[in-house]
Amino acid sequence: MSALAKMASSRLFWPVVMLLVLFAINLVAFPGFFEITVRDGQLFGSLIDILRNGAPTLIIAVGMTLVIATRGIDLSVGAVAAISGAVACSIILGSPDPGSLATVAVAVTVALLISLVLGVWNGFLVAVLGIQPIIATLILMTAGRGVAMLITEGQILTVNSPPFKFLGSGFWLGVPIAVIIAAVVFGLAALLTRRTALGMFIESVGINPEASRQAGVRARGLLFAVYTFCALCAAIAGLILTANTAAADANNTGLFIELDAILAVVIGGTSLAGGRYSLVGTLVGALVIQTLVTTVYTVGIPPIATMVFKAAVVTIVCLLQSPTTAEALSGFRRRLAVRSGKGVAAS
Amino acid sequence: MKKLIGIAAATGAMLLALTGCATSGDAAAEGPKPLDELVVGFAQVGAESGWRTANTKDIQASFEEAGIELKFSDAQQKQENQIKAIRSYIQQQVDVIAFSPVVETGWDAVLNEAKAAGIPVVLTDRAVDSQDDSLYVSFLGSDFVEEGEKAGQWVLDEYADASEPVQIIQLEGTTGAAPAIDRAEGFAEVISANPNLEVVASQTGDFTRAGGKQVTEALLKSNPDVDLIYAHNDDMGLGAIEAIEAAGLEPGVDIKIVTVDAVKDGMQALADGKINFIVECSPLLGAQLVDIVKQINDGETPEKRIITEETTFTQEEAIEALPARQY
Repeated sequence: MSALAKMASSRLFWPVVMLLVLFAINLVAFPGFFEITVRDGQLFGSLIDILRNGAPTLIIAVGMTLVIATRGIDLSVGAVAAISGAVACSIILGSPDPGSLATVAVAVTVALLISLVLGVWNGFLVAVLGIQPIIATLILMTAGRGVAMLITEGQILTVNSPPFKFLGSGFWLGVPIAVIIAAVVFGLAALLTRRTALGMFIESVGINPEASRQAGVRARGLLFAVYTFCALCAAIAGLILTANTAAADANNTGLFIELDAILAVVIGGTSLAGGRYSLVGTLVGALVIQTLVTTVYTVGIPPIATMVFKAAVVTIVCLLQSPTTAEALSGFRRRLAVRSGKGVAAS
Repeated sequence: MKKLIGIAAATGAMLLALTGCATSGDAAAEGPKPLDELVVGFAQVGAESGWRTANTKDIQASFEEAGIELKFSDAQQKQENQIKAIRSYIQQQVDVIAFSPVVETGWDAVLNEAKAAGIPVVLTDRAVDSQDDSLYVSFLGSDFVEEGEKAGQWVLDEYADASEPVQIIQLEGTTGAAPAIDRAEGFAEVISANPNLEVVASQTGDFTRAGGKQVTEALLKSNPDVDLIYAHNDDMGLGAIEAIEAAGLEPGVDIKIVTVDAVKDGMQALADGKINFIVECSPLLGAQLVDIVKQINDGETPEKRIITEETTFTQEEAIEALPARQY
């Protein structure tokens, strides 16, 4: 009983419940939902799709979690994703041998390096110039997509390069590469921030920058680090998204993904006010968002109603998580317990 | 006060009518100009897609070929830029103004100015939403409903002998966009002739490859027996191909694909046998626009609604057409 109560009071309780409810809805609409088969040596099934399509959102959300923990936000991730995809595709297209591994390695490395520069730029605006994060990253959000358009010259760049395509739709030991990359990014972030004091520093900067500075935490360096890491995550996600269709579409790659990533972080229980964060929560949040998308397709919700359906689910999760609702619920439980206790005493 | 405004408005309207009469009278008196003296102002939307770039290039090339001077401006997807461009064409007293409106509304004022100056206006590719259709001479563009009908007709013919239900998945364009609504309408209308043809699922893929891929992935699992996919544009169809291949099926054979647009990547997939049929939505409006300008110059009245000359492509036709494809 106490274990259950403890679980119910956890920040992760409602997001996990929501995920399970969505799974159940899918199962009713489509009985083969949980089926995972091996086809051509690759895992194949709805759950695998959710993991694979959710991977880019998860990768960005991991970076976003750390940024949000410092009381910041990064709106530029979608634009950075578009830039990295555009850079990689234009390099591959411009090379004499698009199919070679070396070309793809160069393209990916250059794209990631450029994202580091973009991340440092965001970090500079926030940490050195002291511009509010939402404004600072808004600059790159609007300008970045224009940069991506310039790189692609307004066209959709289609590349025919098997090693590049492998990033988005390849498999290793039956598991989609995108999922493996997401797992590595997630594991690395968890290891670096939770097995060292780094996570605590990030949280302290988010809770009270001035106090942490006086306690000797170098906030400036930390901010640089989290914004750069977030941009790197965005670039990795952009490469996966681009490789998934083997085409760089500057207009649409990573469009609105910043909102999905922020939503994943919030659903996962990390407060936008900064401070304590939960990477596992973000993982659950990203899965909820992707499952929601799949649910729309399997249940066959008409496109006109899709947005309303998504909004309803997100509203429910947020309502259930809000402190006021939690208070009311626990009060209700207490009263129930008291009443049943009385009943026992009377009989 | 109200009376005053009323009088002012009436006088204004009379003045407008007068100037309108005067200029059109002049034009009639002058008769047709030689083509090399004609000047046409064209206000383009921008260069947001490959389709649009092809549209620009074709219009420029067609006017050069006809020996008519073309003044060209790029509005970078902004209505205010387009209005500025049109005003400058009015000041320069060009013979015809043509433009693709960025948005549907807010054109009455500037179009009235053009009308007052006696300059005929031709809309290309996109329409304006105005009560007063005397503001433009002609609207040249695609008929999206007809495109849907053409796609539906191919499906109807392809499955004419089908005795079992044929399951169709529809990948819709951006919800609420005119091409998405009309292409769905035309398609549904035509396939309703055969009760065996059934759209089992219809979801939006937002006109993008990634959208088309993700929707198809999910729908293939909940509808494993699907026979045909109808995508509202090539890009979503290309995404669907990826999803079908990932499911270990052969696109174009196990699951047939019909799309609209005929951009180069789509035509390549059609030639490769991965798409079965494409309905063209052509950006090549140049030649028809030149014809309209010539008609106006000769004092004729062009038709109010001119539909772009568009064709359809089968796999064989795509192989032939591909090398000469401009966009």
